[in-house]
Amino acid sequence: MTTAANESKTGATLGAEQLLHIYRQMTRIRSFEEQVNELYLRAVMPGLSHLYSGEEAVAVGICEALRPDDYITSTHRGHGHCLAKGATPDRMYAELLGKEAGYCRGKGGSMHIADPASGNLGANAIVGGSVGMAAGAAFSAKMRGSGQVAVCFFGEGALGQGLLYEVLNLSKLWNLPVIYACENNMYNEYTHYSETTAGEILARPAAFGIPAEAVDGQDVRTVHAVASRLVGDARAGKGPSFLLCNTYRYRGHHVGDVNREYYRAKQEETTWLNTRDPIKILADWMISQKLVEQPALDKIQAEVKSEIEAAVAFALKSPYPGVDQVEEDVYA
Amino acid sequence: MPEVAVRELTMAEAVREALAEEMRRDPRVFIMGEDVAEAGTPFKVLSGMVEEFGKSRVIDTPISEPGFTGIAVGAAMTGMRPVVDIMFGDFLTLVMDQMVNQAAKVHYMSGGAWKVPMVLRTTLGGGRRSAAQHSQSLHAWMSHVPGLKVVLPSTPYDAKGLMKTAIRDDNPVVFFEDKMMFKVKGPVPVEDYAIPFGVADVKREGEDITIVATSSMVPVALGAAKMLEEIGISAEVVDPRTTWPLDEKTLIESAKKTSRAIVVDEGYERYGVTAEIASVIATGAFYDLDAPVKRIGAMHVPVPFSPPLEDATIPTEQLLFETAKKMCKR
Ligand SMILES: Cc1ncc(C[n+]2csc(CCOP(=O)(O)OP(=O)(O)O)c2C)c(N)n1
Ligand SMILES: [Mg+2]
Repeated sequence: MTTAANESKTGATLGAEQLLHIYRQMTRIRSFEEQVNELYLRAVMPGLSHLYSGEEAVAVGICEALRPDDYITSTHRGHGHCLAKGATPDRMYAELLGKEAGYCRGKGGSMHIADPASGNLGANAIVGGSVGMAAGAAFSAKMRGSGQVAVCFFGEGALGQGLLYEVLNLSKLWNLPVIYACENNMYNEYTHYSETTAGEILARPAAFGIPAEAVDGQDVRTVHAVASRLVGDARAGKGPSFLLCNTYRYRGHHVGDVNREYYRAKQEETTWLNTRDPIKILADWMISQKLVEQPALDKIQAEVKSEIEAAVAFALKSPYPGVDQVEEDVYA
Repeated sequence: MPEVAVRELTMAEAVREALAEEMRRDPRVFIMGEDVAEAGTPFKVLSGMVEEFGKSRVIDTPISEPGFTGIAVGAAMTGMRPVVDIMFGDFLTLVMDQMVNQAAKVHYMSGGAWKVPMVLRTTLGGGRRSAAQHSQSLHAWMSHVPGLKVVLPSTPYDAKGLMKTAIRDDNPVVFFEDKMMFKVKGPVPVEDYAIPFGVADVKREGEDITIVATSSMVPVALGAAKMLEEIGISAEVVDPRTTWPLDEKTLIESAKKTSRAIVVDEGYERYGVTAEIASVIATGAFYDLDAPVKRIGAMHVPVPFSPPLEDATIPTEQLLFETAKKMCKR
């Protein structure tokens, strides 16, 4: 039997180069999000944003198991998925600031970034809103015989949505190449998931005969190893699967959610931050395995920092779309 | 006569006070929705409610809008008076079957045998930079359906009085609150009062033109009326307060008096609330009108995120001013 732990211990699928790439991607997401928070605090970003800090290993572990032409659907907490699938920070920041250079020409904003070039069907501000779309992309891939798969990212809050169960049933009946990636960061906004979720999460997909397993969502090597197997199975025509990624968001539900003590303890936050940080877990492991030395990681950190700074500067100086564009794009 | 005690409350406080008073008065009333308890909703409208009424009457739900709305329908039919919270009006799409095919139909289809005394509270309005799935004003959808009543308060006073009526009503009532107006303050009497449905309120009297405005557009209309006053045009601002039942009489009489009418509403203009109200006025005041009834709604586009684009989609004081000015041939 293959277990997640075995897969990650062998590290079989990941060489040093790919590990460093994964490290860079997670660092990029973290830095991106920290700058989003800054932009909010400086009152230069319109609206609110839901930060992915703390959950990087999930998006990166899974997206590194995908081909560039595979599809993803994403959520209101979508910046991590977007970057992990290959979008670049400059056009993402431009979108967050409502600028014309943004991925959606400023029309979508933080919760709606979409990028056909990287297979991103779009972030979604309706909880569970994209589960049909993801299965639909898998359906289309199957019909076209393209060998593509689709990954449907959603928070554990979406387990409350009835649509999910219709689509799980359909995707199993029709043997669709879709992986349901449930990011359990333990909170539906300000409510602990145990208060909203009856029974065992994995028993739900299992009831439809969909293979389902849980992984430590802070350990990118494990996420990647298991995701690679599930993606391989989907591509090989074995149908849908369900991956429960246990993780944690470091910051508020959105950037404005700063006083959190009424729903989660400070202690809980610091414990995750200090002992379960996905970037640190990977760095420590690589160093302990003598795959890399600290200066190489520092170099990546510095490169990412300047990349992010340049991207923010690009977005800040980009123009807003002209008001004449408001009625464009309503119809194809 | 003793003076009536009045204090300033925000819109959010007024709604909360109405709910709290009704829950104290009637043990059948309870609240259900996402993050309504400790969080008091993301807009903090319900802060403090769970502390007073406990978790059995201020109930946090999973993110299962059709599920808990359906439960509210069943609970309402069997002796309770639920108040359901749908955080963003955009999520009404998820509960349409429960509201439209179930709640709205039960009384009629059963020949009056069953009643559904429930309230669905939700929000409308853009301007918050929340993009296309969190900014819509979908009250026209609900107003279209026989069996539902639809409430659109524009002041704290109206919000409290109309919420009381909504809770005491034996029918499903959809109550829309503008999410940008929760912090707006206004006078609210201390003592109990209720505002009947189907009674429009003249928010400002005038002689030259009638501006019918709903919810978020009432302050915009009042702003435009001030601008018009400066150029010598006297505008009357009428707020129907409920789109169904609709106070046709007051709307028609005002238009007859002024001879001109503009209808402004934040819902999409096409096939919107403005169309219905304009038609009521055009028909009822036909022989007294000096100009075709004009209507202004949100631009027919999904609400864009980018601030300059979003601002272009929502009716403004300036637009209303220009339109009224032209109609009055100034
Ligand atoms: C259908 C729907 N209901 C409610 C909301 C409001 N809302 C936005 S995020 C959220 C919580 C989502 O929790 P989860 O799915 O666990 O994702 P997380 O925020 O934890 O990443 C809620 C209730 C929404 N966007 N869509
Ligand atoms: Mg969550």
